[in-house]
Formats: sequence, structure tokens, C-alpha cells
Amino acid sequence: MIEKILQLADDALILGHRNSEWCGHGPVLEQDIAISNIALDYIGLARNLYQHAASIIGEEATEDTLAYLRDVTDFKNHLIVELPNGDWAQTILRIFFFSTYQSLLYKKLLLDSDKQIAAIAEKSLKEITYHIRWSTDWVLRLGDGTVESKERMIKAADYVWPYITELFTDDIVSKEEWLAIIEPVFTEATLPIPTTTQLLQKGIEGQHTEHLGYILAEMQYLQRAYPNSEW
Amino acid sequence: MDVISIQIKLALAAAGFTNIEVKQVLSPAWTTDWMTEAGKEKLKAYGIAPPVRKTFDKMYLEELIVACPQCNATNTSVISEFGSTACKALFKCEDCLEPFDYFKCH
Repeated sequence: MIEKILQLADDALILGHRNSEWCGHGPVLEQDIAISNIALDYIGLARNLYQHAASIIGEEATEDTLAYLRDVTDFKNHLIVELPNGDWAQTILRIFFFSTYQSLLYKKLLLDSDKQIAAIAEKSLKEITYHIRWSTDWVLRLGDGTVESKERMIKAADYVWPYITELFTDDIVSKEEWLAIIEPVFTEATLPIPTTTQLLQKGIEGQHTEHLGYILAEMQYLQRAYPNSEW
Repeated sequence: MDVISIQIKLALAAAGFTNIEVKQVLSPAWTTDWMTEAGKEKLKAYGIAPPVRKTFDKMYLEELIVACPQCNATNTSVISEFGSTACKALFKCEDCLEPFDYFKCH
């Protein structure tokens, strides 16, 4: 059970960190603010989940030790969240794919026997609803936009697609119910659903891409160099 | 959340309490549906357009008519889905041309 909570937390932390990389670099100010806010939603979600995990683990565990003092193989996040942002197309498509999965997952977690997990899910679903709405608008705008924006969306979809199946390996959310939401948006955006059958799905077992090490090196540096430092 | 917690502790301490513990409870989840009309008026007076619909009516994500908190005109448009904080969207009044924050339904 604790592994499941840590996986939810790791997904939220790593995707939050990735989105935060856009802070100060967004294509226009309003979208810079938007994606930074989405990043903050994810970090807030990660905090709630790590705090809950720490209370179950007990001993010396805190939200900070779980976020900053675990190494690459301890992280159980799905590979999709650690992929580089790439361009804006890849960034917004990853958010669209992941937050759609997350909304399906968290709706099921509303009924979880762990009341705190159910409570965190209820709170987060309100935020996720806006992440989906925002990223859906972008998929439509870029997919059915210019020749270049469409090309970039197709390229982004091809890049991210091999990492999708990992989201459904634990059978909590089915790929069919996820596709039922994705496909109509892709159709409206005049985008093809990628056909690749390549699968990359060992993140949940702690086997990660090279990218996670770099994220942790940057994110954990301060706690490693100056143990127990606080704001 | 930490700042709210500290301010509650300070307020209780100022009122003479000594043994203070603030517990954060996530359930039931806070919702904009709990805002009172007086609270909404205060938001508007401050320059933030209050939530238009209730979250339980499931229409809160549809196109909204949000009145400008400055001039009350309903000729407004969305600039960005996220404003100065995650819970707000950025709008612009097409009549008085003022940009303003809209507190989204949550």
C-alpha cells in the first residue's frame, strides 16, 4: 500500500518539477503563469501524498526525506512524467495524456479504503479538471493549427506514445476508457493516433530513463549538500 | 496552507490560548460553493470576480458570463485559464478594458 502512495506522490512530484522548468520560459506571459500554476498544483499534491506516506512509515520519515533523500531506483513514477519537456507541443501533450489518466485514476481513488487517499483525490480532482481543460485547448489549437504546429504535435505524440501503456499495467485504469477521452480530442484536432507498438514500462519497478537522474541531481542537491536545511 | 496555519496560531495566542494545535483536514474538500454572498461581495469589491456557478451543477466548465468587477459590464473575455494563482483565471473587460482575475469554481 505504501508503495502505491509513493508512486502517486512520485508521479506528481516529477511532473510538477518538469512543468516548473517552464517558469520564466513560457511562450507568452499568460501561458508561463498557467503552466507554473499547474506545476504548483502538482507539487501541492505531492506534498499531501508524501505527508500521508510519512505518517504511515513513521520513524524519521517526513515529506522532505521522501522527496529529497530517495535515489533513482527508489522512485516508482511512471516513465512518462520524467521525459524531457521538449517543445511546447510535447509539454502540453504530456499534460493532456497524463492528467486524463489521472482523472480516471483519482475518480476510482475516491472510493479507496484509505480515507486520507480518498480525501486527497477529491481535492485534486478539482485541479485536474482545469489541467485537462487547459491542455485540451492547446491540443486542439496546435493540432488543427498551422502546418508546423501540426507536425510538432504528430512528432510529440509519436515520442510520448510508447510510454502510455505503462499507465495501465496495474489494471486500475483501462487503456480503453482512457482512449475514449483521448480519441475524440485527437479527431477534432485532426491528429492521427500513433501506431507504434513499442513499449517502455519499467519505471514503476524503479528502472528509469537517464532523465530521472538529472532531475533528482538538480532537485535534491540542496538537501544533499546541506542536510536538514529549511526555508 | 502553512501561512494560514501560522496566522491561526498567532490569533489564538493573542486571544490568550497557550496549548494550540492546528490540524489540516482535507475531507470534505473545500469548495467555492461554500462562499457566502457577503464573501463574494468582498472579493468583487477587492477587484476579483467571484465564482459564477456552483461546482455541483456540472456546468461550471462551460462558457461563462463573468461580469467585470470594475464596471459590471458582461462584455468580457478570457485571456488565460490560469491567473495570478492556480484558482483564478485571467479575464479582460471589453468595455472598460481592465484586465481582472476571476475566481474559478472549485
